[in-house]
Amino acid sequence: MIGGLTLLLVFQLVGELLVQAAKLPVPGPVLGLLLLFLTLALRGEVAAPLRDAANGLLQHFSILFVPAGAGVLLHLHRLGQDWLPIAVALVGSTALSVAVTALVLRFLLRRRGGSRS
Amino acid sequence: MTPRLGDIWVYLSASPLVWLTATLAAYQLALWISRLARQHPLANPVALAVCAIVAVLTVTGVPYDTYFAGAQFVHFLLGPATVALAIPLYAQFDRLRRMALPLAAALTAGSAAGAASAMAIAWLLGAEHSTVLSLAPKSVTAPIAMGIAERIGGLPSLTAVLVVTTGIVGAVIGPPLLRWLRVDDDAVAGFSIGVAAHGIGTARAFQMSESAGAFAGLAMGLNGLLTALLLPLALRLTGALQ
Repeated sequence: MIGGLTLLLVFQLVGELLVQAAKLPVPGPVLGLLLLFLTLALRGEVAAPLRDAANGLLQHFSILFVPAGAGVLLHLHRLGQDWLPIAVALVGSTALSVAVTALVLRFLLRRRGGSRS
Repeated sequence: MTPRLGDIWVYLSASPLVWLTATLAAYQLALWISRLARQHPLANPVALAVCAIVAVLTVTGVPYDTYFAGAQFVHFLLGPATVALAIPLYAQFDRLRRMALPLAAALTAGSAAGAASAMAIAWLLGAEHSTVLSLAPKSVTAPIAMGIAERIGGLPSLTAVLVVTTGIVGAVIGPPLLRWLRVDDDAVAGFSIGVAAHGIGTARAFQMSESAGAFAGLAMGLNGLLTALLLPLALRLTGALQ
C-alpha cells in the first residue's frame, strides 16, 4: 500500500516537474497519469501494491471533490447572477455531448461491422 | 459555562482537525442519505456533502479559507488519485486497442461538441467571461478540470461546482436520452455517458451493466487527457484566451 502510494506520488512529482520545466499546457497529475499508463503498457502488468493503493483512492473518489465543491460558497454571488446561462449551458451541452458521442460511435461501429460481413 | 464553551469553539474552529473531521463526517452522512434514496442520481453524495458543509459554514460564519486549511488534506489526494486513473484505464487496454479509431473519433466529436456548446450557450445568454471559461472543462473529472480551469483563466473552485453539477445532470438525463435515440449497445451507452459526465456518469453506467461502466470509466480517463491536451490549445487558436 505504501509502496503503491509512493509510486503514485513519484509519477505525479515527475509529471509536475516536466510540466514546469517544459511549460506544457496540461496539469502535472495528468502527465503523471499518462506516464504511468505507458509504464504499465510496457511492463504488461500492474503490481499488487500499486493496484491496492489505486483502488483505495478511487473507491472513495467522490469525497475528494467535497473541499473544492464547498468553494461554491465563494461563488454564490456569481451563481445567483449567472444561474440561467449556467443552467441552460449545463443541460444543453451535456445532452448534446451524450448524443453526439453515441451517434458517432454507433455509426462507426456499424460501418466497420458492415464492411466485415 | 457558555463563555467557556465559546472559547473552546473559537480555539477549535480555527484548527484543521475540526474541518478535516467535518469533511469526512459530511461525506459519511451523504453516503447514508444516498443509500436511503437507493442511489438515486439526484441524491448525489458529493452534492449532499457539499450542501452539509456549506450549511455548517454559513451558520457558524467560518470563512472558506479556514475550512480549507483543514480540508486541504483531502483535497491534496486528488493529485495521486488522478495518476491512479491509469490503472482502470490500463485494464481496458485490449478493448481500447481493438476499437481505437471509432472510440477516438466519437470521443473527439462528443467532447468538442460539449465544451463548445457549453461556452457558446453561456456566452449567448450573457454570462461573465470567467464563467464561460470555467464552463469549458465541465465534462472532465474534477481534478483534471480544475487544473485546466486554472490554466485557461477560469475559476478552479467554480469549475469544481460545475463539474459535479454536470455529472449529476448527465447521470439523470443520459439513460433516457440514449433510450430515445435507440442506443441498445451497452458499450456505446457507457462510453457516451462517460464522455459527458465523467465519474458520476460512470457510477450511473455501472448500474446499467458492468460493460457500460467499464466503457464509461475508459471515456472519463480519455476525455480527461484529450481535454487537458487540446482545450488550452483550441482556446488559444480561436483567440478566446488573451
